[in-house]
Amino acid sequence: MAYDKRLDGRKFDELRPVEAKVGVVPRAVGSAMFKIGKTIAVAAVHGPRELYPAAFQNPTSGVLRCNYNMMAFSGSGDRVRPGPNRRSKEISMVMEKALMPVVDLSAYPGSVVDVFVELIQTDAGTRCAGICAAAMALAHAGIPMKDLVSSVAVGRVGGKIVLDLSKEEEDYEGHATDIATAFSIRTGQVTLLQMDGPLTREELKKALELAKKGCEDIKKIQTAALKIKYGDSK
Amino acid sequence: MSKLLVNEKEIVVPGQEIAEGIDFLPGDDVIRDKDKLVSTKLGMVSLNGRLVRVVALNGPYLPKRGDLVIGKVVGVGLGGWRVNIGWPFEANLSVKDASSDFIEKGADLSKYFNYGDYVMVEIINVSSFKLIDLSMKGPGLRKLGSGRILRVPSPKVPRIIGKQGSMIGLIKDYTGCKVSVGQNGFIWLSGDDPKKEVLAIKAIEKIEAESHTSGLTDRMKTYLESEKNGL
Repeated sequence: MAYDKRLDGRKFDELRPVEAKVGVVPRAVGSAMFKIGKTIAVAAVHGPRELYPAAFQNPTSGVLRCNYNMMAFSGSGDRVRPGPNRRSKEISMVMEKALMPVVDLSAYPGSVVDVFVELIQTDAGTRCAGICAAAMALAHAGIPMKDLVSSVAVGRVGGKIVLDLSKEEEDYEGHATDIATAFSIRTGQVTLLQMDGPLTREELKKALELAKKGCEDIKKIQTAALKIKYGDSK
Repeated sequence: MSKLLVNEKEIVVPGQEIAEGIDFLPGDDVIRDKDKLVSTKLGMVSLNGRLVRVVALNGPYLPKRGDLVIGKVVGVGLGGWRVNIGWPFEANLSVKDASSDFIEKGADLSKYFNYGDYVMVEIINVSSFKLIDLSMKGPGLRKLGSGRILRVPSPKVPRIIGKQGSMIGLIKDYTGCKVSVGQNGFIWLSGDDPKKEVLAIKAIEKIEAESHTSGLTDRMKTYLESEKNGL
């Protein structure tokens, strides 16, 4: 069956509805919420603070430490077992690597900046939502950054290249290919690229262009959310 | 041709291009990337001739030599005290810099400053990120008595003090509280009436929330004037 129309009626290059808010965790140094479709991520930044065990300290620069966690009730019905698991460890690591190219912690040697990302509700694209929320929370915390990081998933569903897959599309019959990407739009750097499924060279090219366009739109929303916090509605 | 891409006092986000061309110079929290000046923080653009800088709205405290800060005593040793000044690593207050009184060698230093005491100190040396030396010799430097401690982000401290201390003077006048502000964002305040202390705290929180807006001193005056009657 040809995939002529997306399951939720979106255009092939259309994002799910996006919402972003800054300052959702008042006790944290910086925090942000990022919602894309039914996926909701909340990020909180603590630090810089002293890093223990001391063997992990870097005497020339601070360390960024991310923690990704899906809440027990966040999934589609089954309870998510709490605590770290192989998947969350991996996503924590790729989130760090996605944010590290823009974050400059050279002024805080030996210390750690903790970023906690909690997924309240999940419906595909959680690591991307987490990265978007974390980038905003870091900016809100006043950590020096060369750029914001914006992130979105692209993929191939039923032979069509689509932007921002939903859970139904990821589980689409036959092959659905899912690529998580993150961009630093100003520098043009790709900071995250994870592919799950087969794809031809041309399709990948087309998908990445689509992802960049999606990230540009997301960056506008992130920027507006940061500015509106301080009463700038432009 | 050099030109500004944003207005002065506009809020910018990290990675936002502020100016184009080589005539502008990068100041605090601004970096040059080829011919563009780029902000590295969420803050307000401020121009001073050719110098472009961003006044950050939040951010960690960076210890600087000469800063007067408020810290908490977290360690008492043989040769001095360890003090938490809101930096990831503890600062050192040695006996010789702590007092002009004679302190006998091997004396119990907790008699002078004990765990949990708050002190107003000056940073006299930042030799590396883990070695920060403090001194208590100077006007206004002392052990802080009973009172309340608040914390605000250190970039907001200049607004809380105001031009030539106008803002903090206003709070002191209206509430009658004694207030000390450290550059690191620790604030100590003490008054004879808890209600007045609460009003002073509310006022400081209001300044913190509205620090990026202009005409704040006048608004604070009206606010304190209206709240004063409730005391």
